[in-house]
Amino acid sequence: MAGKSPKIDSVTGVEIREHEWDGIQELDTPTPRWWLWVFLACCIWAVGYWVVMPAWPLPSGYTKGVIGWSQRANVVRDLADLAETRKPLESQLMTADLSDIEKNPAIFEFAVASGRAAFKENCAPCHGSGAQGALGYPNLNDDDWLWGGSLSAIQQTITHGIRNQDKESRFSEMPAFLRDGILTRAQVDDVVEYVTQISGQKADAAVAKRGAEVFGQNCVSCHGSDGRGDRSVGAPNLTDAIWLYGGDRASIRQTVSYARNSSMPSWASRLSPATIRALAVYVHSLGGGEPEIAAVPGPKAP
Amino acid sequence: MAEVLDTQKHTDAYASHGIEAIAVDAVNSDAHRSLFKAREKIHPKRVNGTFRRVKWAVMALTLSVYYITPWLRWDRGLNAPNQAVLIDFPARRFYFFFIEIWPQEVYYITGLLILAAVSLFLWTALAGRVWCGYMCPQTVWTDLFLVVERAVEGQRNERIKLDRAPWGFGKLRKRVLKHAIWLVIALATGGAWIFYFADAPTLAKQLLAFDAPAAAYICAGILAFMTYMLGGFAREQVCTYMCPWPRIQSAMMDEHSLLITYRLDRGEPRGAHKKGEPWEGRGDCIDCKQCVAACPMGVDIREGLQLPCIQCGLCIDACDDIMTKIDRPRGLIAYDTDLNIARRQRGETPQFRLVRARTIAYGAVLVLVGAVMAFALLTRRDFDMSVLHDRDPLYVKLSDGNIRNAFTVKVVNKARTGRAETVRLEGLSGATLSGIGLIDAGDGTVHIPVDADTLQAARILVTVPRASLAGERTPIKFVDSVPDEDKSVTVDSAFFGPAP
Repeated sequence: MAGKSPKIDSVTGVEIREHEWDGIQELDTPTPRWWLWVFLACCIWAVGYWVVMPAWPLPSGYTKGVIGWSQRANVVRDLADLAETRKPLESQLMTADLSDIEKNPAIFEFAVASGRAAFKENCAPCHGSGAQGALGYPNLNDDDWLWGGSLSAIQQTITHGIRNQDKESRFSEMPAFLRDGILTRAQVDDVVEYVTQISGQKADAAVAKRGAEVFGQNCVSCHGSDGRGDRSVGAPNLTDAIWLYGGDRASIRQTVSYARNSSMPSWASRLSPATIRALAVYVHSLGGGEPEIAAVPGPKAP
Repeated sequence: MAEVLDTQKHTDAYASHGIEAIAVDAVNSDAHRSLFKAREKIHPKRVNGTFRRVKWAVMALTLSVYYITPWLRWDRGLNAPNQAVLIDFPARRFYFFFIEIWPQEVYYITGLLILAAVSLFLWTALAGRVWCGYMCPQTVWTDLFLVVERAVEGQRNERIKLDRAPWGFGKLRKRVLKHAIWLVIALATGGAWIFYFADAPTLAKQLLAFDAPAAAYICAGILAFMTYMLGGFAREQVCTYMCPWPRIQSAMMDEHSLLITYRLDRGEPRGAHKKGEPWEGRGDCIDCKQCVAACPMGVDIREGLQLPCIQCGLCIDACDDIMTKIDRPRGLIAYDTDLNIARRQRGETPQFRLVRARTIAYGAVLVLVGAVMAFALLTRRDFDMSVLHDRDPLYVKLSDGNIRNAFTVKVVNKARTGRAETVRLEGLSGATLSGIGLIDAGDGTVHIPVDADTLQAARILVTVPRASLAGERTPIKFVDSVPDEDKSVTVDSAFFGPAP
């Protein structure tokens, strides 16, 4: 150091540092000039950044920066922009005649896309992500509807729900025939055998014949004399292959004895009319949707 | 100057032949280049000759292709761009004259890249770095920038003098003029690039009216900056330090490859030569260094093949000129092979073998890939289909016991007119097809209407009686066809149902 002139490397012309490790010495190569300039430029940039952008935490919040940039405000603005871009199609969806929606690809695709998203958020917990349903929660893909499968019927069901506090909610109540003492255990067994028979499953004909009488006296007012149900009261068709609570004898016996009467919430207060309409279109498009004319078919005459 | 060879004796010797003595070092040759040294600027000397003429021609051709191509028009009918070569990112189409490529056909671009690579291999095996020396954009634009430099600042000696001169009005004027012209060329280069990505006349108007998208200005700006830096300043350093090709290419060359070679069997021993002195007992190289002065890469070809040498041929022109002046045969530096040098030294005749295993292999790959691509291009359909089975739910049981599956089908129509594509199902008896937006043809098939040059997604519902399903999974085929064409697209899929 003091008094000693630095050793210079002959190849590079750079000073050699004094430290020596096992005969190896280091060059005291200065930082490259470009690196230094970039470093200084970054320092200046950083100072400017503190002034312009939100930067320093303070006990009462943080420095806001002179341009007032905020991630939160950006999200609010982006969401407003998104709503704005959706507006034209949304208003078309609201004004279009229900039966025309599927004929207009632009509105239809918009409705299905937004309906699918809304379904995943609101309906999937019960009906499943693909609307495939579960025991007690109807499969919305099939062609069997309790309260009607037309667009207007589906829209009505979503808006007001089933068996809830909403005044316009769909409502009906099946009696618990055994629990309420309407039928005896033997009568229940007989009617279960009859229902098994009319749904096309193997059944004891003699027992079923006795059951038919019980059915005629207790069930036809809702399920119809032929057991095909009545959509005005949400009574299921008992002759098809689809069972909400299972079609084996044990399940049917449980239903007859104690009733089921599940409910669906009313969505009018939670979702916008446009979202409900989009949901209706989406559910209708899944494959089981019925045309508007057959909206509320009455029970078929025997 | 590390070496001062031009003593009075040498100068006189060269003067006797009418040759200017040059003090020049091969600053970028393998022997002199050092990572610890700052770059020494190269001032290539202007030469005339066959290879210079070839390079002018290649430069004119490549630059014309680059600048003019976006302006060529090609009529594709209504509602389609009429630019011959266009990469349309927003619409996801690539147009090349009569060819139109969709994003899912990007393998054609892959094929093109393979062709380019293999042809590069072939050229390199045949004649070394032909690409580097004549056609590489770095070479062409550096050459163009050198033309400007020479026009503004003068020949090699004047440029060196100007570099050393103190700053004054004259130097400032020349420097400003040179950089201004460079920047104009750079801007034109960056500007031409963006015309490949949008309608050129429209974009040109927008650019001039400062009305073009920001991306256009940014891209043009970045490319202009790169052109200015690479052509004006980085030059030979790009080839020496940045480019991977010099490192790869040596694997493609062998002892039969034609390379720009100093024929040391004829040139050595070198030395100054005075007119009238005998040529016996010495080589033809008079060590005049014209080849070094001419080299834009700053190498000495007499040191043999080396990484920075881009094989541009300018040293051949420089040397041939000297050989004519000293009345010796031309071709002391020439396209030759390493093998022939050795053969001549042994007194054997030179041997040229352009057709050999390596070139046959590269050629065969080239022909094969080209044939596959041509076949694929000629037999490609203007419609297509993809099928995706809906998985949620996998199948739906209907009230009458039938089983239904849903498929999301996407049909592509590359034609310039709208049409209905017919979708048929094979492998399931009693299946019926239906769906929103589909037309039931009445014969078990459905028609999907598709607009011109677009893709249409549709959800096809396939319903079958339970009895026609033998197991949980039945393999099926969807067949897509269009009217008036024999071709069809078949897509394998499966129909799912409950366990029997």
